[in-house]
Amino acid sequence: MGPVLENLDLYVDGFLTSLSIIVVAMVGSLLLGLLIAACRVSPVPPLRAFGTFWVSTFRNTPLSVVLFFCAFGLPELGINRTFYFFGVLGLILYTSAFVCEAVRSGINSVSAGQAEAARSIGLNFTQGLRYVVLPQALRTVVPPLGSVIIAMFKNSAVVGAFGVGGDLWSTGQTLTSARGYETLPIFIGVAIGFLLITLPAGAVLQVIERKVAIAR
Amino acid sequence: MTSRPNGEPLVRLSGVNKWFGELHVLQDIDLDIARGEVVVVIGPSGSGKSTLCRAINRLEPIEKGEISIDGERLPDEGKDLARLRADVGMVFQSFNLFAHKTILENVTLGPVKVRKKPKADADKRARELLDRVGVSAQVDKYPAQLSGGQQQRVAIARALAMEPKVMLFDEPTSALDPEMINEVLDVMVGLAKDGMTMVVVTHEMGFARRAANRVVFMDEGRIVETAEPETFFTAPKSERAKDFLSKILTH
Repeated sequence: MGPVLENLDLYVDGFLTSLSIIVVAMVGSLLLGLLIAACRVSPVPPLRAFGTFWVSTFRNTPLSVVLFFCAFGLPELGINRTFYFFGVLGLILYTSAFVCEAVRSGINSVSAGQAEAARSIGLNFTQGLRYVVLPQALRTVVPPLGSVIIAMFKNSAVVGAFGVGGDLWSTGQTLTSARGYETLPIFIGVAIGFLLITLPAGAVLQVIERKVAIAR
Repeated sequence: MTSRPNGEPLVRLSGVNKWFGELHVLQDIDLDIARGEVVVVIGPSGSGKSTLCRAINRLEPIEKGEISIDGERLPDEGKDLARLRADVGMVFQSFNLFAHKTILENVTLGPVKVRKKPKADADKRARELLDRVGVSAQVDKYPAQLSGGQQQRVAIARALAMEPKVMLFDEPTSALDPEMINEVLDVMVGLAKDGMTMVVVTHEMGFARRAANRVVFMDEGRIVETAEPETFFTAPKSERAKDFLSKILTH
């Protein structure tokens, strides 16, 4: 582990950059995914069509292609931002499709009678979703949503490979190719960095799952 | 039995038609329900009686005809429909209490979010209603911790909390154990005595005799016969009603 300890400061920087990509993309993709899921179950046909279009587009396109469009396509349209911005944007767009489908599976698990009862006391569609259906849906959604989010954590390495300097993945890349370190120890260090994020996240998920289960 | 109320109809169905695919579930339904009137809808399964009940607050949209409540035509979707539904109480066969909310929260959700009542007022009113239906000891429990009869009485309180103009009951006792049926029916009879306008889909003839002004008999999507309860049960006019009653009365 000598090479890792020698470059510990680089690793810490890389860890923090990866963590920031992950946190921003998590918040962004959860909010966007929830919105798209609301579209997909909405009573308004154009919104449903939009939601379906969104999911089929981003769920069926490789992440690298989505990132490519964001990082190199958007500048051609006159949108100029940092690689960090484009990278996180691509990750959010891609992940939102999976978040949407996980949330929708939860919505479908809530019996239709709950939504009917919500409507019959005069709640509109959004209120019914917010106060009655989603709180119950989120209980069944924690495990699949957890998988989606952890997959996104790991996908953040692809964002790094796309030119976002200084994240964990590019730290490993720099150390091996530019500074001639051996691959094995360096990338074990990178893997440990990701495990330091994903393992606690898994533990947090278990706590959340237990919490929402008690309230049932 | 209360005297037959009069005046402008509160609920009016005219020329209502509905199809489920090929199946013509509601065929040219005309029905006026007066303010304060209690109408029991009866009929064999598949006769369209539940669909009729659910169409009145547009849980089932209709393809043809018109339904109006208090002189106002049922809107198609959106805010207007939500506002109108707030005035129409609905009690379901399967209770449909909000599973993640306590009994008290079940009753206060509508008044707080739809009627914009202050929480304290809504709580107070909810406790009164829960007391009236006899479940005031359970306010902090969750629906799953209550018996079916208790849940259904909470569902009635939840609907009443919106101060509805009319209450719809879609087979409210069909999912209950026999010994719990009466506790729910008693609450409903009390409501009827207080002058609530009610549409009740049920096979409980005791209730129909005690509380209804009219019995509507449906078969194959049509209203076959309308009569006062006593007349209907003792001397039905149509062959179909005679046949139906002979089947449910022999047991």
